[in-house]
Order: sequence, then structure tokens, then C-alpha cells
Amino acid sequence: MTKEEIIQPENLVYAKPTLMNEVGMHYCPGCSHGVVHKLIAEIIEEMGMEEKTIAICPVGCAVFAYRYIDVDWLEAAHGRAPALATACKRMWQDRLVFTYQGDGDLACIGACETIHALNRGEKITIIFINNAIYGMTGGQMAPTTLLGMKTSTCPYGRTPELHGYPLNMTDMAATLEGTAFVSRQSVHTVAAIRKAKKAIRHAFENSMNGKGSNLVEIVSSCNSGWKASPVKANEWMEENMFKYYHLGDLKDI
Amino acid sequence: MIEENVELMKGNEAIAHAAIRCGCDGYFGYPITPQSEVLETLSELKPWETSGMVVLQAESEVAAINMLYGGGGSGKRVMTSSSSPGVALMQEGISYMAAAEIPALIVNVQRGGPGLGTIQPSQSDYRQATVGGGNGDYNVIVLAPNSVQEMADFVDLAFELAFKYRNPTMILSDGVIGQMMEKVVLPPIKPRRTEEEIAAECPWAVNGHGLKHRKPNILTSLEMDPHVMEQRNLDMQKKYATIRETEVRYEEYLCDDADYLLVAFGCVARMGKEAVDTLRREGIKAGLFRPITLWPFPEEQLHHLAGRLKGILVPEMNAGQMIYDVRLAVEGQTPIKHFGRIGGVVPTPDEIILSLKQQFIP
Repeated sequence: MTKEEIIQPENLVYAKPTLMNEVGMHYCPGCSHGVVHKLIAEIIEEMGMEEKTIAICPVGCAVFAYRYIDVDWLEAAHGRAPALATACKRMWQDRLVFTYQGDGDLACIGACETIHALNRGEKITIIFINNAIYGMTGGQMAPTTLLGMKTSTCPYGRTPELHGYPLNMTDMAATLEGTAFVSRQSVHTVAAIRKAKKAIRHAFENSMNGKGSNLVEIVSSCNSGWKASPVKANEWMEENMFKYYHLGDLKDI
Repeated sequence: MIEENVELMKGNEAIAHAAIRCGCDGYFGYPITPQSEVLETLSELKPWETSGMVVLQAESEVAAINMLYGGGGSGKRVMTSSSSPGVALMQEGISYMAAAEIPALIVNVQRGGPGLGTIQPSQSDYRQATVGGGNGDYNVIVLAPNSVQEMADFVDLAFELAFKYRNPTMILSDGVIGQMMEKVVLPPIKPRRTEEEIAAECPWAVNGHGLKHRKPNILTSLEMDPHVMEQRNLDMQKKYATIRETEVRYEEYLCDDADYLLVAFGCVARMGKEAVDTLRREGIKAGLFRPITLWPFPEEQLHHLAGRLKGILVPEMNAGQMIYDVRLAVEGQTPIKHFGRIGGVVPTPDEIILSLKQQFIP
């Protein structure tokens, strides 16, 4: 059997989503962002929402998300993505409006905008990448950094006395009346990726059905920031991150 | 004579009525004195049931301005209003919008500062508005109304300018104009634009429309390559130069034969006009030059007037802000003096007259 005979539509088991652009990614090898980008591209395509999507990216590692997924994007100021999304969705009600934010953007500088957009029940989806560190700026402490975890601004480990406690935004979001679907997932195994995709798809559908606001946290690894190999970083994430950030659906109305 | 369609209302209320009438798609704001009537009036008028305009009380001025970034970026006519401390909070967002070339209207009904300051009127945000309160080289188009009528008229004008140049536009008002009641004829009703009309006017907008037949629209202020960033800045400066050439607006009152000129904007220009009338009755040839666009400042027009003057007085409700633009325009052709009341105190025409006499007529 020749190569040409094998490459036939009936033999196709996997293809790169057409919405993923043919450009090199700036993400570090082993990073979770690429996988989540792919899931979003797949879902937009499957839902047929290419011409009805308003995507909003943050400041942080995903600041260049607009390079990779081939839809219309607004690049927000640090932390303000949910405010942009609020206005877009209120004035374009038939659009799929989502933000893509990291832990510094969402849980720190943008905590106010995030909580209020969620609590108003804006018909949007917030994708929250939580790797417990500021990746883009070189590994500083994040609001979600675990106790004892070392970063460049808590080099001796995070302590409650000096730095306060890790902030669990997703648990908090589940208590808000405006949220319809709140879920915490990961993308470190094939099974986890499938579950994460299901959650993001459910959130996107919810935001189109007008059920309320939707938050999907992806507990992620940052092997560069954590100074570990991709494999070790995933192991560390399973052992430490999942203990504090429990996976699963927290709320689904 | 019975004047038709004349209504009596506050400047802040006029802003709200005008917004609905000129096809505004969304208002996003946070309460602050002395401009809360804008949001209150809109909430009472419920335009979402008539024109379909969205009205939302944001969680902060920071959120409000970023709602404008989103709304304007998607091609909609969006606006906010606030007062000085709130507008200070918005400066980050305004800088981002100027950089991403996103149109929107910001209304600043100024109060005295600095800090929490006072809820009384002021013009002490002149420099913040005209020089740029946020980071980077950028300009916002600034319109300065001096009446309730202009509050109403400038809403549509501001939107037209904002979309013509893809630039944030500001109505720089003050607590006097915002709070006082005056006769006003509201602007004609203009329907909100349809999706097709938005697509035609804003092919750059982020809303997905027609994506399969075009490249994605990306609005960002970020560019990592300094040479590309320099070019983007140069393109912006080119746009600002065009605005300077085409959009200067001003009003002259008895300037042609004047020996002394008052240069004043907003509510102080009204007192200036009264001062000019009184001075003329006393035999002193005074005139009033009122910049309507504070940026672009009418520098050429003022420059041409200045040559044969005996002096210029710049009365302002601040410690001396517009006077710098006046000096730059006049280029030393005639002496320029300032008269300021600050901290929320409104000057009287008599004080302006006295100041002119003391500083120029020995």
C-alpha cells in the first residue's frame, strides 16, 4: 500500500482543525495552552460558529491567542476581558462570545471584572487557564500559587504570613447566582482532554442558549515556570494542584 | 412666538436623550456626582424597549471603559459618562482604545480635584483630556460644550468623528453645564445601524460578520517588533495631523476689532461673553475666542488674531491649563495672562473683568 493510497478521506481518523492557523506557536513545549486552543478551534468549527464568534484574549501567555485560532479577536487590557465580553454579548446576542484568561489576568488584576460578569449572568464563557504562576513575565507568584510553591517572587516558597492564601476563583464562581455552568478540568491525558472538550462545548452551548455565565477552569502545567520537564510537571500537577483544585463539574443548572 | 420642540432639562439629561436619539447602541457607566443623571435618565427612559439600546451599570469605571473597548471594537456606537476621578480611572482603557483605533464616546462632567476633590464644577482635567492621561503618544478628540444645547448636539457629532477617524472622542463638560437646566431642542431621531450597515461602515470590526470571505479582524494594541510598532505610531500621528487640519472648531465673538481677547471654553466662555459685553459698554474693545475642539486646538486661528492685540486673558476653572496651548498658538505676539478659580469655585464675569483690567490696563 502506497502513502497516496493511505491518505484518503475514508481513512481519516484525525485532522488538525481548519481554524488552527499554520504558524509556529510561542508556547513552551509541554504547555497546556496549545491543547486548549485546539479544543476551542474544534468546537467553534463543530458548532458552525466561525462567522458568529467574538473571541477575547488576555494579557499573559495567551496574549497572542489571536495568532492561532482563525476567528475575530479583541486583545484586552490586563484583566479586563470579561468587561469587553459583556458589552459584545449584550449588543451581539446571536454571537458566541468567550474570553480566554490566565490566573494572573482572571484571579488577580481582573478579579473584579470576572466576578461581576459571572454574577450578572452574562451569556458568555470564560476559559480560565490556571497554572499557578505568571508564565509570560518569567515565573512570578500568582494568586493561585500553592502554599510552599517557589516562584521568582516567593523564592523561599509561598507562605500565608507573607503572601496570603491561594485564591480559588472557580469554587467562588460556583456560589454566584449568575453562573450556569462551572467546571474544572485538565488536559494532561487523552481522557482528560476529552472531558475538557465536553465541558467547553457545554459552556459554549450554554452561552448560546442564554442560560447564564459559564466558567471552565483548566488546571494546567507550566513546565518552564515550574522548572520541570513536561512529564515531571504533569506529575507534580497531579500530586499537588489537583489536591487544591479538584477536577469536575462544580455547578450545572 | 411659541417655539416648537423646545424642552427644559439638565445638560446631563440632554446627553441621555441625545444618545438614544442618535442611534447609540450601548451606554456603560458607573455613578459619580455630578453626572449620575445620565445613567439615571437612561434607566428611566428604558431605550432597550424602544431603540434597542443597551444600558448597563458597570461595576467600576475601569469596567465601563473596557466595555467600550469591547463594544466599540465590535463596531457598535458605545458611550460612557463619568466625572473627573472616574475618568482618571478610565485612562488605561482610553490609551488602549486609541492604540487599537477603537471609536467610542466618553463624557467627562468635570469636578474639582485633585484626588476625590469636590463635587463642584471645574475644568482641571483639560490637560488630562488634551495631552493624554494614559501611556503613550496618542490623542483623543475633545469637544467642549458651553450649553445644554451643545451637550445634546455634540453626542452625534462625537460619534461621527469617532467613527470617521476610528478614535475615542471626549465631550469635556463640567458640573455647571451638566447640572444647569436650560432650553434645548433635541436632535432628530436616527435609527441604530443594522448589522449590514455596521459591516459596511466598520470592515475592521470584531464581530465575525462575513468571516469566511475575509481575513479575521484582530484589534490589539500589542506589537513586539519595534519597527512595526514605530510604523503603527507614525500612522496614528498621520491620522492626528489630518484631524488637526480638518476638525478644528471654535467660535469668535467681537474678535475683529478687539484690543483684548478672552480665550475661554465651556461654561467660562459664557461668563467671558458677558464680560466682553460689559467691557464694550465701558468703551474697552474686548472680544471672546472660544475653542470648541480643545484637541485639536484652534491654534492657527488664534495665531492670526493675536498679532494686533494688546493682550489675552485666559480665564479658566483651573490653575492654568489651556493657557499653555494659547501660548503655543500665539508664539509671543502679545502678552498672555491667566485668571483661575480652582477647587470647585465658579468665577463671575465681574471677576474676569477685574482681572483683565488689573493685568492689562494700568
